[in-house]
Amino acid sequence: MDVKRICFTSLSLQKCLCGNGAAQPMQSCRRYTSAGDSGSVAGKIVAASLLTVGGGVGGTILYAKWDPKFRAKPVKVEPLQISSVSEASKDSKQPQQMKEKKVAKEEKPPVQQEAPPLPQTIEAEECKECEHEAHAHVVKERPEEVVSARLAAQDRAEHDLLSSLSAKLDDTLGSSAKLTLQAIGAQEAALSAIANHTSKLKEAMDAEGPSDKTSAQWRSLEDALNERSRAADEAGAALLKAKEELEKLRKVINAAKDSKIDAARPQILAAEENLHSMVVDLDRAVGKVQTAQMEAKIVSQYSELVNEAKAQFQKELDSITPEIQANWKGLTGKLSPDDLNSLIAHAHRRIDQLNRELAEQRVREQIHIEAALDQQRLENQKTLDKAVGTAISHSREQMRLEQEKKIEDVREVMEAEMRTQLRRQAAAHTDHLRDVLKVQEQELRAEAQEVLSSKLMEQETNYRRVTQDQLDAFTLDMNAAYARLKGIEEAIDSHVVAEEEARKAHQLWLSVEALTYSLKTAVADSPTEPLETAAKAVRESCADNEFAVALASALPEESLSRGIYSEASLRARFYQIRGLVRRVAMINETRNSLYQYFLSYLQSVLLFEPEQLAPPTKLKPEDLDTFKLLSYATYSIERGDLELAAKFINQLTGEPRRVAQDWLKEARLTLETRQVVNLLSAYANAVGLGTTQAP
Amino acid sequence: MAEEHGRKWDRCLADSARTGFGVGVVFSRVSFHTRIASLCRPNVARCVGSGMGLGMGYSNCQHDFRSPYLLHGHMVKVDQFSW
Repeated sequence: MDVKRICFTSLSLQKCLCGNGAAQPMQSCRRYTSAGDSGSVAGKIVAASLLTVGGGVGGTILYAKWDPKFRAKPVKVEPLQISSVSEASKDSKQPQQMKEKKVAKEEKPPVQQEAPPLPQTIEAEECKECEHEAHAHVVKERPEEVVSARLAAQDRAEHDLLSSLSAKLDDTLGSSAKLTLQAIGAQEAALSAIANHTSKLKEAMDAEGPSDKTSAQWRSLEDALNERSRAADEAGAALLKAKEELEKLRKVINAAKDSKIDAARPQILAAEENLHSMVVDLDRAVGKVQTAQMEAKIVSQYSELVNEAKAQFQKELDSITPEIQANWKGLTGKLSPDDLNSLIAHAHRRIDQLNRELAEQRVREQIHIEAALDQQRLENQKTLDKAVGTAISHSREQMRLEQEKKIEDVREVMEAEMRTQLRRQAAAHTDHLRDVLKVQEQELRAEAQEVLSSKLMEQETNYRRVTQDQLDAFTLDMNAAYARLKGIEEAIDSHVVAEEEARKAHQLWLSVEALTYSLKTAVADSPTEPLETAAKAVRESCADNEFAVALASALPEESLSRGIYSEASLRARFYQIRGLVRRVAMINETRNSLYQYFLSYLQSVLLFEPEQLAPPTKLKPEDLDTFKLLSYATYSIERGDLELAAKFINQLTGEPRRVAQDWLKEARLTLETRQVVNLLSAYANAVGLGTTQAP
Repeated sequence: MAEEHGRKWDRCLADSARTGFGVGVVFSRVSFHTRIASLCRPNVARCVGSGMGLGMGYSNCQHDFRSPYLLHGHMVKVDQFSW
């Protein structure tokens, strides 16, 4: 807080010195300084120096605090300067402030020698670093710590120098400012004194009062005159001192400029500006004082003239009226009319005289005026020249300062621009690097991906192939096993089926055998037992065999229900039939009267034919005779060929046929049944043979 | 059919004999009692009648033999209590 207050006061002080404030504060400042002028000068110097030093320190500290982020960037000169400045400021706080001026002065010459090579080295360093940055991928970069350390050292040294310079600048600035202020104050005092004096003089001249007042006035006038002279002297002395100090300041500034530290430049510029403004103010004050003096001179001349005239008039008056007192004011009350008349006459004479003088004067006016004009012109010329010279110098100085400032600004701008460009370049470089890296990365990735995918594909195809082979082998085995299993099952089934078939066939055969056996149960003339059961058994045993079923169902009904006659019985019966047929051989549809019956009977008795005749292979129509047929049939039946016999008997016509019909029917039945049974047994045998395979 | 044949003969003969005698007797009796008695003696009548009867029987027989498929039915008395 103290620092800030000191800063504030120092700033305000600087403002006052620079003349940026209005006239009022300046005057107040000046009055303050002029009022305090009576105090100890040494103490003031101490206080001022303390203020300026504190101001410098505080300024640097504020700057450091304002830009802390510069400390973070390693490759900048200024931030490290700030950090080193803070360090330096910290360091600088410790030594005594009284000796700092001397220390700064002592440091200045050795630092000055360091300063020129330092910035160059710094610049060289920067360039080297730039080069390094540019060829980072080719040349190995210097380690950051070393660079930063070097830079820090350099910056520290620079900052020491800078601080010393700035301290010195501030110091000299302060002293010069003080002295200038003093000078200006003195000048203003002189001005005021002159003005006072002039006014007093005017007053004294214009006033026509009692003598004591005039004497008082004249005394005050004298005092004022003394005052004015003193003030003028003081002002002159102060001016000299100020000018000396300004010269010193200029020298210091030049020295600082020669040190060529960039950062000090604004300070130098500020100091220059201050100097310039101080000079300007000083000159202005001096000018004012001069004008006042001139005015005063004129006024004094005028007053002298007036005094002369007054003295002259007084003398005249005295000569005329010696008893009248010198005091004008007393005249009005004490004069008699004669005195008044004489006075008026004198006055008139005086007026005439004055008129004549006036006329004379008018004549001499021209010459006087010309002389005065010439004089004035010369003086004007002189003053003009001086003023022009000072104005020129001032303006030149101003322009130089402006130029310097502009240069400084441009330099700053350029610096900033260069920095931004460098930054941009760095950024572009990083971008480029990033892009290149990205592209490379992508390429590499694509490559790796390709390789990976190809390898994967290979592995996968391998794996697939292997698994497929395994699968195939397995499937083959499985299929083989399955086929074998199926084969085994089928074999078993077929075996089962075959066995079943065999069983069935056996059963069928058995049933057929039963049927066959039942055929043999025919006893003499009675038929067999009904074949129903046997046929049923057969049907049951061959339920799924169509052939057998058909055969079984082909058995005639009569045989099933009633049974059939055996062959023997049929044979026997045949003979009976034979006889009967013989007896009715002649009877047919046309000859069927009883007489014919008798005749046929007769025929049968009388006709003798061989009982048995071998039937021919081919039947001729004349073989269709009843008796022949009968003989054929007898022959066949004797041979056991019932079928043939039946066939022959079937050839009978007419009544014999009718007579033999029932026998024929029986024979047919028997034949049928026998045929069916034979077929069945043959079939059963065949099936049995088929099923019973040889092992 | 042989048996049928034999039965047919039996029936025929029996029938003709019966018919013959029957008719003969009846004729004779009738002829005896009617005006045709003048014709002859009862033997004659009888003979005539029997002759007629025989002839009738003979033709019956013959007809029976000629139409062999004509069946002769027998009346069978149903026993009332044998249901």
